[in-house]
Amino acid sequence: MSFIEIKNLVHRYEGADETKRPALNGVNISVENGEFLAIVGTNGCGKSTLAKHLNAILLPTEGTVTIDGRNTADPEELWEIRKTVGMVFQNPDNQIIAAIVEDDVAFGPENLGVPPDEIRQRVTESLASVRMEKYREFAPHLLSGGQKQRIAIAGALAMQTRCLVLDEPTSMLDPVGRRSLMETVKRLHKEQGITIILITHFMEEAIAADRVIVLGDGQVVMEGTPRQVYCREKEMKALGLEVPLAAEIAARLRRNGLKLPEDILTDEELAAALCQ
Amino acid sequence: MSIEVKNVSYTYMPGTPFESKALDNVSLTIEEGSFTAIAGHTGSGKSTLVQHLNGLLQPTAGQIIVDGQTLAGKGKEVKAARDKVGMVFQYPEHQLFEETVEADIAFGPKNRELSEAEITARVKMAMEFVGLDYETYRSKSPFSLSGGQMRRVAIAGVIALSPKYLVLDEPTAGLNPAGRDELLEKIREFHDKRNMTIVFVSHDMDAIARYADRVIVLSGGNLVLDAAPNEVFANKETIEEAGLLLPRLTTLLRTLEANGLKLDMKPKDMLTVEGAVRAIMAAKKAAPKHKDNRTGGKG
Repeated sequence: MSFIEIKNLVHRYEGADETKRPALNGVNISVENGEFLAIVGTNGCGKSTLAKHLNAILLPTEGTVTIDGRNTADPEELWEIRKTVGMVFQNPDNQIIAAIVEDDVAFGPENLGVPPDEIRQRVTESLASVRMEKYREFAPHLLSGGQKQRIAIAGALAMQTRCLVLDEPTSMLDPVGRRSLMETVKRLHKEQGITIILITHFMEEAIAADRVIVLGDGQVVMEGTPRQVYCREKEMKALGLEVPLAAEIAARLRRNGLKLPEDILTDEELAAALCQ
Repeated sequence: MSIEVKNVSYTYMPGTPFESKALDNVSLTIEEGSFTAIAGHTGSGKSTLVQHLNGLLQPTAGQIIVDGQTLAGKGKEVKAARDKVGMVFQYPEHQLFEETVEADIAFGPKNRELSEAEITARVKMAMEFVGLDYETYRSKSPFSLSGGQMRRVAIAGVIALSPKYLVLDEPTAGLNPAGRDELLEKIREFHDKRNMTIVFVSHDMDAIARYADRVIVLSGGNLVLDAAPNEVFANKETIEEAGLLLPRLTTLLRTLEANGLKLDMKPKDMLTVEGAVRAIMAAKKAAPKHKDNRTGGKG
């Protein structure tokens, strides 16, 4: 069994029109331990609904979600599931609760009843992992958006989370904040083997993933490596998405009659193909 | 006619330990009919600056003058000048509150004491502008809509006030690519057809390159660049010092040039994907074709 198993997942919001398609409509996804999965799709495709199923904020209307063998519908498993999967949301201001950075990071382990010495140790390590040690005694509201997001990640790490689910974590950040957050995520995946599930609108961010899943109208409509998905430029456009810039320009050049490989993804690959 | 920002400084929480200077002697003029982008890192003072443009914040020092009228103080003239500047905040959908889409959009015009017929006409115009069909959406609850649709309802609420100057603070944050392009195209259409002056704050450097005719870059409360996009994006170092990055397109074109592709580009072509494709095609046609036969095709 995979680390995360989503089987025939249907989610219908309470009070939603029964004649309409549910928010999630028969989703099947398996995620292996240590994988980096990107989920992309337009507003309203069900991405955030799916994310909330991964640590039992929402429960399936039909189907099952199992995290490390634990069924999210089983109330007995709730604590273990939430320890296993940490969430980072879009708006950094909605998820920081304490007045001092280290208190915020310590909030999770405190609730789990971790002994104080170990909490201190975990806070130190978590802040180091996101390169925010210097800000340990800062007030969160004086940090930038990107720094707040890194604090939110540190809070999940302090619970020794094995999987981070990031729901559009960069959409409120400036370009530099965005870049440094993505570097943090990639490093945690590489160095600590943390399973990453990144939900994003930014196709360039998803290039770093092992696998990309495209959601549309509550269903999985495409799946593959970033290269496999992004060479289907027309289908992505039809879904209201885009492809990375180099792939977009390569596709336009091909339509203009230039002979270029079908699977160009990066600026360097485009340069190599054009300047050979 | 213009919005003049004259030597404006703004300090948050003066006289407390948290005192911080968000704007430091900023001067600029937004000319009527222009399409201006404001960029800068988080905390650079962008939002503080735009909140001055309709008098929501009063400068600690300096002046804001809209069409010759200063926004300092009260009185009818000040209010009339402030009303010329429509403000769309970040995540404006969080401010929706009415039971129906129509009532929410009509809220502003109602407060202006317009006639019922005029209010309805304004609501229709605003909904058409943001691409929401009046009959389909008027009676829906704004809270039953998707995030992108809610954003459009909120923007329509400001459009319905028929502002002369429209200020938008990160209007496309959180929208998917198609929604982002559609909204920016609508804004450009409004700008072109009605000669509405647009000021928008954005982190999306490619959108700025594509749409703005002028870019203002703030850093640490100071104005560091103020010029046309192609001139601004020629300053890679200043842009990066300001915590920003060049547009993806600019970076890509520079990579191509660094690899030996000779692009003969008009400044405007640097800023759009269409222009870049034209320039690359021209470069390939001009280049000798001797290798194409051997390396072309699926390889």
